[in-house]
Amino acid sequence: MKLLEHEAKSIFSEYGIPVPKGELATFPSEARNVASKLNTSVAVKAQIPVGGRGKAGGIIFADSPAEAEMAAKKLINRQIRGIEVDNVLVEEKISILRELYFGITVDRARRSYVAIASSEGGMEIEEVAARMPEKINKTFVDPLRGFRSYHACQIAAELGYEGKRMLNLAGILSKQYKLAMDYDVELAEMNPLVETSDGRFVAADTRLIIDDNALYRHPKFKKRLTEKTKLTPQELEARRSGLAYVKLNGSIGVIGNGAGLVMSTLDLIQLYGGEPANFLDVGGGASSDKMAAALNIVLSDPGVDVVFVNILGGITRCDEVARGILEAKRRTGFRKPMVIRLMGTNEAEGRQILTDAGIHVLHSMEEAAGKAVEIVKAGG
Amino acid sequence: MGIFVDKNTKAIVQGITGTQGSFHTRLMLDFGTEIVAGVTPGKGGMQIHRVPVYDTVENALEEHAANATIIFVPAPFAPDAALEAVEAGLKTVVIITERIPVKDAIQIMAHARQHNATVIGPNTPGIITPAECKLGIMPAHVFSKGVVGMASRSGTLTYEIAAGLSARGLGQSTCLGLGGDPVVGLSFVEVLKEFEKDESTRAVALIGEIGGNLEENACEFISKEGYEKPVAAFIAGRTAPPGKRMGHAGAIIMGGAGTAQNKIEALEAAGVGVAEKPGDVARILAEKLEKDVF
Repeated sequence: MKLLEHEAKSIFSEYGIPVPKGELATFPSEARNVASKLNTSVAVKAQIPVGGRGKAGGIIFADSPAEAEMAAKKLINRQIRGIEVDNVLVEEKISILRELYFGITVDRARRSYVAIASSEGGMEIEEVAARMPEKINKTFVDPLRGFRSYHACQIAAELGYEGKRMLNLAGILSKQYKLAMDYDVELAEMNPLVETSDGRFVAADTRLIIDDNALYRHPKFKKRLTEKTKLTPQELEARRSGLAYVKLNGSIGVIGNGAGLVMSTLDLIQLYGGEPANFLDVGGGASSDKMAAALNIVLSDPGVDVVFVNILGGITRCDEVARGILEAKRRTGFRKPMVIRLMGTNEAEGRQILTDAGIHVLHSMEEAAGKAVEIVKAGG
Repeated sequence: MGIFVDKNTKAIVQGITGTQGSFHTRLMLDFGTEIVAGVTPGKGGMQIHRVPVYDTVENALEEHAANATIIFVPAPFAPDAALEAVEAGLKTVVIITERIPVKDAIQIMAHARQHNATVIGPNTPGIITPAECKLGIMPAHVFSKGVVGMASRSGTLTYEIAAGLSARGLGQSTCLGLGGDPVVGLSFVEVLKEFEKDESTRAVALIGEIGGNLEENACEFISKEGYEKPVAAFIAGRTAPPGKRMGHAGAIIMGGAGTAQNKIEALEAAGVGVAEKPGDVARILAEKLEKDVF
């Protein structure tokens, strides 16, 4: 789960990492008040959980409270990168001597956390990695030993700092690591961490992404998973039903069991010239209730012309799935064409149930994907 | 033969009294897997399908010889179960549990390395050596004994491809799921090395998906070290949009890295036969093994 900038900053601040002075504003007049309280030039920053905000016009600088109000007016209730802005963070503008980058993330191949440091703060780290790989310093964290003060000192020294300033920077890095572990992050990032003209370090922008699987340890954020904001009705319903759903742009609604199977179903549809409308994994041992919920979600998407259900029965029983399909059909009375592929446990029973209800069932995934594309093309 | 599990495997089941644990214990016993004990803290003294249940792994091992475990414990408690198994000296640890936090997975893997234990998973369907041992939740009927070793990041897709192999008369030596999470115990490289040593394996199928660089690392290994046995691969997620998690926690394209296209190009450059459709894996391997299909 991506936290908003102001949420991330308040966590960094709790851990003793300096962040710019500032406050959240929901109305332009509030932005004006915050700016006059700060009594200096400010940055007005749209609070949205996506990157590339600056380039998309989501950050506006203002030299007076009146300008801050104007800037807030330009951002609040507008869309940036397709996301509506609810509020802005109004912050003191920092005088920059040097911009650094520090991140803690997971290195999948090494099965460890990695601390990434760079002298090139302020741009996306992927861009630095591609253009100037020599400017990236990676410290792999031994899980049994952790990230220690001497690791932090080494990194700070390599960036050219010594004495008090080196210790000060190393302290910030150690705090960031502690925060990263306490919050179960996928990514904790200070970009840039600014060295100011008067020799302080300030985390001018921060990002925090919490591992969704660890949200049970962070109840404050867990609630938000099923809050209405920023989710389509389909996404919300999928989360409530415990289904993995991703909206795509095509016309063939897809339901299957198992992430890999569903992904390769989407690939097959595209290979045959069709466009999938969504990814939906009902998971292992899908009951008829879950199947019905899945169908409701896919059918409530107005872009869907055909539904393709691809089930490989292992623990999931094909007869259960067949009953779920009929149950959903009865409840919603939908009439869109369906292509069903059943294979595996209780396949014959499942096929019988559906055939009796006038629904045709196929055995091969390739054949079924071809059929779904054919129906869409005939209809369009 | 096969890798990691075979007819000499003696396993315990952690979380045996839960719905999933109990259900799959019965299926594994039906298959012929030797399950000597179960563990659920607080339920010691019970029996599940005639398998005696103990409070701790140590208690179980005082009464029974075992060398492997399969874990069905819910995510908040699964890390402790895995560490307990590793510390008790079990060398093959299969973690079926999904949704274990990455931080905990990292700890598990570090301790396993220290104790020379192999972790399969988390979020894996498990491992099967047909006709010998099944430590997992996969439907046994799609597998058959034979010469193809298979490693996969997915569950049902593995069954799909195994069924295709079996239908063509290509049985399997061992099939295992690496797991759908970002941090898992085995990489394709480690599995390739095991299959290379295994006499019953004559060809290998790698079933990958978007996210991470396990596939790219496998290609580097094959190119650098050479590989004696023919390899075929399938990669799921050619059409997956960047930045979206496709069901598995690990199936995500981040910052342009981990795309199917990258992986497919690397595999082809390493001389691996890449299947366009799941059904093509069997055909490619059949051709590589110069076996008459019909």
